[in-house]
Amino acid sequence: MAKKQESTSVETKIDARIPEGPLAEKWSNYKAHQKLVNPSNKRRLDIIVVGTGLAGASAAASMAEMGFNVLNFCIQDSPRRAHSIAAQGGINAAKNYQNDGDSVYRLFYDTIKGGDYRAREANVYRLAEVSNGIIDQCVAQGVPFAREYGGLLDNRSFGGAQVSRTFYAKGQTGQQLLLGAYSALSRQIGKGAVKLYSRYEMLDVVVIDGRARGIIARNLVTGKVERFFAHAVVVGSGGYGNTFFLSTNAMASNGSAAVQMYKKGAYFANPAYAQIHPTCIPVHGEFQSKLTLMSESLRNDGRIWTPKKKEDAEAIRAGKKRATDLSEDERDYYLERRYPAFGNLVPRDVASRAAKERCDAGYGVGNTGLAVYLDFSDAIKRLGENVVRARYGNLFQMYEKIVDDNPYKTPMMIYPAIHYTMGGIWVDYELQTSVKGLFCIGEANFSDHGANRLGASALMQGLADGYFVLPYTIQNYLADQIQVPRLSTDLPEFEEAEKAVNDKIKKLMSIQGKESVDHIHRKLGLIMWDFVGMGRNKAGLETALEKIKEVRKEFWTNVYIPGKEVDLNNELEKALRLADFIEIGELMARDALMREESCGGHFREEYQTPEGEALRNDEEFSFASCWKFTGEGNEPELLKEALDYEFIHRQQRNYKS
Amino acid sequence: MEKSINVTLKIWRQAGPKVKGKFETYKLDNVSTDSSFLEMMDVLNEQLINERKEPIAFDHDCREGICGMCSMFINGHPHGPDGEITTCQLHMRNFKDGETITVEPWRSAAFPVIRDLMVDRGAYDKIIQAGGFVSVNTGGVPDGNAIPISKVDADEAMDAASCIGCGACAATCKNGSAMLFVAAKVSQLALLPQGRVEAAHRAKLMVAKMDELGFGNCTNTGACEAECPKNVSISHIARLNREFLSAKFKD
Repeated sequence: MAKKQESTSVETKIDARIPEGPLAEKWSNYKAHQKLVNPSNKRRLDIIVVGTGLAGASAAASMAEMGFNVLNFCIQDSPRRAHSIAAQGGINAAKNYQNDGDSVYRLFYDTIKGGDYRAREANVYRLAEVSNGIIDQCVAQGVPFAREYGGLLDNRSFGGAQVSRTFYAKGQTGQQLLLGAYSALSRQIGKGAVKLYSRYEMLDVVVIDGRARGIIARNLVTGKVERFFAHAVVVGSGGYGNTFFLSTNAMASNGSAAVQMYKKGAYFANPAYAQIHPTCIPVHGEFQSKLTLMSESLRNDGRIWTPKKKEDAEAIRAGKKRATDLSEDERDYYLERRYPAFGNLVPRDVASRAAKERCDAGYGVGNTGLAVYLDFSDAIKRLGENVVRARYGNLFQMYEKIVDDNPYKTPMMIYPAIHYTMGGIWVDYELQTSVKGLFCIGEANFSDHGANRLGASALMQGLADGYFVLPYTIQNYLADQIQVPRLSTDLPEFEEAEKAVNDKIKKLMSIQGKESVDHIHRKLGLIMWDFVGMGRNKAGLETALEKIKEVRKEFWTNVYIPGKEVDLNNELEKALRLADFIEIGELMARDALMREESCGGHFREEYQTPEGEALRNDEEFSFASCWKFTGEGNEPELLKEALDYEFIHRQQRNYKS
Repeated sequence: MEKSINVTLKIWRQAGPKVKGKFETYKLDNVSTDSSFLEMMDVLNEQLINERKEPIAFDHDCREGICGMCSMFINGHPHGPDGEITTCQLHMRNFKDGETITVEPWRSAAFPVIRDLMVDRGAYDKIIQAGGFVSVNTGGVPDGNAIPISKVDADEAMDAASCIGCGACAATCKNGSAMLFVAAKVSQLALLPQGRVEAAHRAKLMVAKMDELGFGNCTNTGACEAECPKNVSISHIARLNREFLSAKFKD
């Protein structure tokens, strides 16, 4: 009994295989009717999991507990170092422990609205449904969440919600959740149910008769390229934010696994949806290697402002005035002014654009003018320094170490930076890509956040996929694979895939040009930031596509990689990743150019409301764009998955009233 | 305020675990005092690459002090002279113009050098695999609020759990002991009702694995606590000892 469907003119070309039935019953129905694999067959089935972040580690551990044989690949020296560890603020769940009106439906609704109505209803509802189980699971593992004096779990608020549903462990929630998943994974490694390959990087997926049957991976210590078979391959390799060179992602975070899947037939969906996080420490100089995030949780108590008068902003930039010299009425708390209902807790895309608007208009501070204030003086007056220290001490310390300025005394300076990619490999309801037997989880897939992710929802999605979704859905696939023996890695498909990887490495090593990998990557990053960043337009995106072509040419003719091919070679690793970032950069620009509307993190300057808010075009663009690889040098083909809103009525996002 | 300094770097170079290493000296000019130590290393590597020389291998990833991957022994201190930070958070404003900075890998029998400043800390993973977990499978667990936990215990467990597994404690210990690392995990889980059940058994398994992997004994010098970038307290070692003894008594 589906409600009235909101139809769009978009032609459906892709089937996400969403179960029938009312929204709230889809997942239960799915689980009740899916195929399962019995215990003795599980032992005979191998699963490769690439990545050991929240999604990868939780999936590997859970599937090993169930009895599957898991091979888990980790790019760092230890699974505990995956970049999920750096998530600070928290994880959402619909527990309603605060009795403030939260529910599964409200978390679902906030996530859909936060994503600017560009996510799939059924997936998001499932995410909200399993969110509560994640908190229970983590508590059972010994994750030391913050508690109140009565011994129960504490919550805080995050952007885009009017309830307090965020669970946290100081400003290190990602670390604690990852260590929880890591401990579960370690337990399975100790039992021999998971074989861990650390300091390995996936370089290709092997497809046999249309099904993913293994990967090619490089041992980063020896440089040897190796083959691995499995009945199914799961990739949880994170996002591609480092396309921008400077981002809050870790140095090794990359989009190469995504590009390999894409080139083997998996669709790359919504590449243009990248999240620019509003509260990062501003860029300091040309040698900067990465950007540091200041948690969104700071917006619970910090107030964001710029000077009201341009003269004051100019004086501050010139070092003639300080923030603390400005009186209350000389300050413009622009988020509170523009969005009275949500104030400083508007979603990230809205907060980032508002900061850019102020700085572009000449009100920015810091010596570059590319910064705004995040001020805790009111909170310190209201709560006392000790309470603020207890809540955010580690973040304040981190800020002070980097900037050499005391945020208890003077306001922090912040500016938006690329942080997360909502786009990624297309998956159906089962988290399976368009290649059979190839699954994609966590940030690496495109599934749940639409055009903008809400704070504290990345941890939720990663763990939902890994603990509670994939371990079920993968069985529906593997149930048909129980007759398939462990295949030999001497098969021609493995041989060809390995040869292609080795040829690519040889080609890169033979260029012996003049520019370092980082030098070229910086160029790509600047193009991305200038033309495919917070504000995009047709001319700029066309320029970006031209310039990316030049970068590609420069890379493939003029890069210099020292060292040897079959050896530990960090520059070679970076070069392989950059080759793929160039492909992703092009896809992002192409997708952004195609999407002639503004939604969430994708802001096309041509499409805005008179107040400067994102203006969607549901009639023509209510779809997930799925790019299909059509061969090297060819233009990719655009396929569309229509997003029909069956249960929610779409409206323009309103955080004002 | 930003300024530039010139520094001389004495850096340990070692081609592989079984090869003899030595210090090489490099000069680096116009280093911004606002740049981080690793950004300075990036600049040095860029310079080496442009001179067609082999760049220096070092571990690093998140560059915000939480992943625990960076691991340099700088001027005799793990993670350098500044307190409560990792190498990636160390900034060049902590050094003087004209200063000579010595950079070495972690030196510990249980952490063999892979190349230059990179070491193999797989031993820490093995200790966790031996028992650093609560034996619980996915699903079928009680509600998160079913068991109240005192805020004091939860906070202390959190302090212990803030360990990033970087290895600075073992690297700085004259005995090469991993006690602070092991104690942090044992203590975190022993403080929480969920981990309490296996507390003594866990301590025994983890200590046995630590001994097997070639880490030394703890003689309470306190160097680990002083150098820990996350301020993990040696009081956790006392709790580990209690759990360990209680396990031994039961045997």
